[in-house]
Amino acid sequence: MRRSIPTDYDASLRLIPDPAKAVGWATLLAVLLALPYLVGNYWLSQFAFIYIYAVAGLGVMLLAGYTGLISIGHAAFLGTGAYTEAYLTARGAPFPLAMAAAALLSTAAGIVIGLPALRVRGIYLAIATLAFGFIAEEVFARWESVTGGNTGMQVKPAIFLSWTLRSQASIYYLALGVCALVTLATINLVRSPTGRAFVAIRDSEVSAQSLGIPVARYKTMAFALSAAFVGLAGALYAHKLRFLSPEQFSISQSIDLIMLVVVGGLGSIPGAFFGAVFLIVTPQAIAIAKDYLPPSVGQAPGLQAVVFGGALIGFVLLEPSGLYGRWVKIATYLRMFPFYPAGAFRRQKSFQRSERFR
Amino acid sequence: MALLSVSDLAVSFGGVRAVAGVSFDVEAGEIFTLIGPNGAGKTTVFNLISRIYSPSAGRMAFDGVDLTKTPPYRIAALGVARTFQNIELFENATVLDNLLIGHHAHGRSSLIGDLIFSRATRRSLREAREAAEEALELLRLQRYRHAGVGGLPYGVRKVVELARALCARPKLLLLDEPSSGLNAGETDAMAEWILQIRDRLAVTILVVEHDMSLVSRVSDRVAALNQGAVLALGTAAEVRDDPRVIEAYLGGGEDVESLRRPA
Amino acid sequence: MELAQQVLSGLAQGCVYGLIALGFVLIYKATEAVNFAQGEMLMLGAFGCLALMRFAGLPFAVAAVLAVAGMGALGALVERVALRPLLGQPQFAVVMLTIGLGYVARGLVSMIPDIGPETNALDTPYKGLALRAFGLVVSADHLAIVATTLALCASLYLLFKYTRIGVAMQAASQNQLAAHYMGIPVKRLNGLAWALSGAVAGCAGILIAPIVFVHMNMGNIGLKAFPAAVVGGFGSMPGAIVGGVVVGVVESLAGFYLPEGFKDIAAYVVLLAMLVVKPTGLFGETLRKKV
Repeated sequence: MRRSIPTDYDASLRLIPDPAKAVGWATLLAVLLALPYLVGNYWLSQFAFIYIYAVAGLGVMLLAGYTGLISIGHAAFLGTGAYTEAYLTARGAPFPLAMAAAALLSTAAGIVIGLPALRVRGIYLAIATLAFGFIAEEVFARWESVTGGNTGMQVKPAIFLSWTLRSQASIYYLALGVCALVTLATINLVRSPTGRAFVAIRDSEVSAQSLGIPVARYKTMAFALSAAFVGLAGALYAHKLRFLSPEQFSISQSIDLIMLVVVGGLGSIPGAFFGAVFLIVTPQAIAIAKDYLPPSVGQAPGLQAVVFGGALIGFVLLEPSGLYGRWVKIATYLRMFPFYPAGAFRRQKSFQRSERFR
Repeated sequence: MALLSVSDLAVSFGGVRAVAGVSFDVEAGEIFTLIGPNGAGKTTVFNLISRIYSPSAGRMAFDGVDLTKTPPYRIAALGVARTFQNIELFENATVLDNLLIGHHAHGRSSLIGDLIFSRATRRSLREAREAAEEALELLRLQRYRHAGVGGLPYGVRKVVELARALCARPKLLLLDEPSSGLNAGETDAMAEWILQIRDRLAVTILVVEHDMSLVSRVSDRVAALNQGAVLALGTAAEVRDDPRVIEAYLGGGEDVESLRRPA
Repeated sequence: MELAQQVLSGLAQGCVYGLIALGFVLIYKATEAVNFAQGEMLMLGAFGCLALMRFAGLPFAVAAVLAVAGMGALGALVERVALRPLLGQPQFAVVMLTIGLGYVARGLVSMIPDIGPETNALDTPYKGLALRAFGLVVSADHLAIVATTLALCASLYLLFKYTRIGVAMQAASQNQLAAHYMGIPVKRLNGLAWALSGAVAGCAGILIAPIVFVHMNMGNIGLKAFPAAVVGGFGSMPGAIVGGVVVGVVESLAGFYLPEGFKDIAAYVVLLAMLVVKPTGLFGETLRKKV
């Protein structure tokens, strides 16, 4: 039951239209702020990773979920952000400055890659970004003066005024802060004209164009913004891991990012969070379950690959709306019990729409 | 001066001359219909006017502005909106979202402004919502406001596409086969709305249509196309009785005679 | 002479890329699916042959034929079980599915006792042999690759041009609905396309096994199918081979003449260059949506 019925258009523009929900969100925020006083370093570290990957996930979600542009090379921006942050921090820059620079440089990289890549569509775009991803990885490995090359690079702790962010708690708060800002920005964007234009481009480029949306310009904008968010995540990543090497930004990482949004729920903001939790929790769960499995399975180097691959296949075939989609269905079922209509979320059967014609 | 003037428009695809020298003028406030057999080039003319294709020859001018080289995303701001032969709605959004996007050309928001949900963004959204509600009310779509477009019946989707075009506050509306796929009742309603759009909203309408009763009912003037060229231009009755038009649709005089049942 | 030697080895490597791209293009042409697991199918073929030789004691020739046939069956099975339910969904869903399949294949292979986690050698009858002519050395492995590629191309050409099934497959790939109306069993032919693709991938795996050895990550070479297919044109089978050869030769020359690291990215630079100059590839065609 909707508890609040909007009485004017401005009400629907409010960030949290329903006052009751605002209480819930405030409670959640309070708990997250108090977390360092409630749990130990191990859990703080996991949450920090979830925030970092959620920020990256929001970047990828914006591009893939909302604008419909698939990029399999986004690790390039993660790396750009990370190395920029590490380089500037080593030279004494305070983290607000260094992170802004990381975001800006990633945005620039996004425009440089996006402008040529976005001239092609669909699978060609994915392949172009794949190619850029490989080239970026090679650049990280060869540009030794800046990145330390294959031997890797130590990252100094973030500094600001007199603070040095060394403890797990301080990194946790940094990650939480950036995550909250990026999430707010994304929520705003999605309900604004630009965000709607992104969705229009995803669903029908030709009618988006006819309604006044300059498609090429907006696609580049989406790409650049996505790169900025992922670059910010990279900057956080650098401070979290304290050590960078090019192989952390390989195609494997790019696929992890795409997997995050697909498993989480494509085209939704909570999907980025669900996906981040999945990405961080699953390897931990595998590590625990390893001991209960026969050695040829448990000790196989490919165990994580099987789990991730299996999850991906399962979600694509059985739950295309991802973890968040399943959450919504369950919540709807519980809310409407026992009046839940059987066909509530059934998808319409569709026939193959050729993507050769766009 | 005519609102839209098209002169000697031509375009070819490979070796096929889809449009071969089409000229006509559409006066402000009139409903002008293009008819013709399939493949005559009617939708291609639409696609030329809405700048999806570029003409290989000829000129188009709208409201004093030369359209021939305008980028496609500029036509909405100029005041041209259209519907598509095969409905091109935003399938994964609600009806309201589709309509809000329709107003995009008149919004004043920037990326940074949108990220912080500035006052300009709020104003754009409010104006878009007002335009959307007006369209919903005119076309009686209020109960579908929050429905997902994907699950709606075909007739309703066609009307939603019309509503979305109206949200762009056009001076010229291009309707591509508005009655195709609609039953008699829905076609009736569509005819009424086309007339209301012209009369109440003062929108000039250019229509491509096959349903001759609809054409007769709403059109001020009609142009018949065949094989990329204009065969006849005049009122609906004049064009319908033009022998060249009859020949294009039904074949030569002798063939028509052979179709008649023996007395 | 050095140049000719480089070109020759690039040619052979290019044939491998071409074979992988060929399997890839077969699937794309028939079902518009982009198969990110093409490299893993290659790996499975190699492991299949190895396993048959190691555990069943079969001679190479028999094991190879059985492995290729097995890969064909696996391809058809994948199409039936995983791809058919996705009919009507956007291309992205298929991409993600094939990525998932690749991961699963790699993971499961690593669990095969003895050979899974290891790097294994495949005992081919022509191991170590080489042909010396005109001052150039060509290893028997490379010769086998080139010869098999030519043979496969010829057979596929004959299949598509002169047999009913081949013509039907071409029809289905151009217009599924029309083919369906003509009584062509489109879904079954899609399965056939995947089967052929699997078999071609299996061949490729067995052919490159002597060079890169059989291990769970040998499928990474499958990514080179993309530059090859982009250069050649996505819907074109001769394009796949030509594209693969171009990429192979460029790579070989880059490794020889350019500083370190360029060899690894040469293929992708060629890919990007092609996308800028002619996105549809050397043999591809531009298509336009009708609104």
